[in-house]
Amino acid sequence: MEGNGALAEQFDDLAQQHEAASLGMWVFLVTEILFFGGLFAGYTVYRAAYSEAFREASHHLDLLLGSINTAVLITSSLTMALAVHNAQEGRRRALVVFLLLTMIVGAVFLGIKVTEYTHKYEQDLVPGIRFAYGGPHPGQVQLFLIFYFIMTSLHALHLTIGIGLLGVLAFLAWRGHFSADYYAPVETSGLYWHFIDIVWIFLFPLLYLIGTH
Amino acid sequence: MMQPIVSPHVYYWVYGALLALTLLTVGVAFLDLGPLNLILALGIAICKALLVMLFFMHLRYSSHVSWIVAGAGVIWLAHLLIFTLSDYLTRGWLPVGGW
Repeated sequence: MEGNGALAEQFDDLAQQHEAASLGMWVFLVTEILFFGGLFAGYTVYRAAYSEAFREASHHLDLLLGSINTAVLITSSLTMALAVHNAQEGRRRALVVFLLLTMIVGAVFLGIKVTEYTHKYEQDLVPGIRFAYGGPHPGQVQLFLIFYFIMTSLHALHLTIGIGLLGVLAFLAWRGHFSADYYAPVETSGLYWHFIDIVWIFLFPLLYLIGTH
Repeated sequence: MMQPIVSPHVYYWVYGALLALTLLTVGVAFLDLGPLNLILALGIAICKALLVMLFFMHLRYSSHVSWIVAGAGVIWLAHLLIFTLSDYLTRGWLPVGGW
């Protein structure tokens, strides 16, 4: 991309081209809302039906690690926003640094998640693989944990894809692929990253915070 | 005209607000407020999501078409949840057998 080469011929100007890219990402994110929405709706139905058992099951999640992870993911959103900012300013080195930082913070989130999963395994709280539960409502506790594992692992899968995307972007940015005129891939990947953050913002209170009081 | 460049200070303030709201939601979760617990937890989550969408995702500075697309996603989700619950929560209101 050099000079006017940043503008594809089907667009009037760079602003229109940029808006088209962002809008396309928003449309994709709406399909992602549909994707996660089904799981949230299923969770809502069973939580309404078995609220007592869900509260009891929520006690078995690690609130401290969950809270730390929330802060970690919010931090990664900040570094992502700063990466986009530096792309807008055309600062190549800072863009690469913030993309790498975002990847590292995202990887820390995944690491903490793996720790949590390992604890669940050791506590015999993994439905279908290793599950033994002595308290009341074992079946309904198992149902809550199925929602927990499916929702958080799909979230983690999205985050893993996001880290891969940022890796490609960091490589391209380092090669000088982006400029203040052309940074749409950084912007749209940022939208995707922030969306993952929003999913967690809802997962955290619904999974971790329902049994504390 | 490209998208306006937002000052990093805005991002720092939003970041601080998001962390504060996270502490708040963990804090109020320890108080027994009955049904208010769920309302507060979801209310705070919605505030956090709005902060992320408006500032980190630049929606505040985007064209109205982006607002419509983002709004369509939220409205669809509301339809899914409201119509699902209007079924499940009202079962048993009428004495019909077989449920």
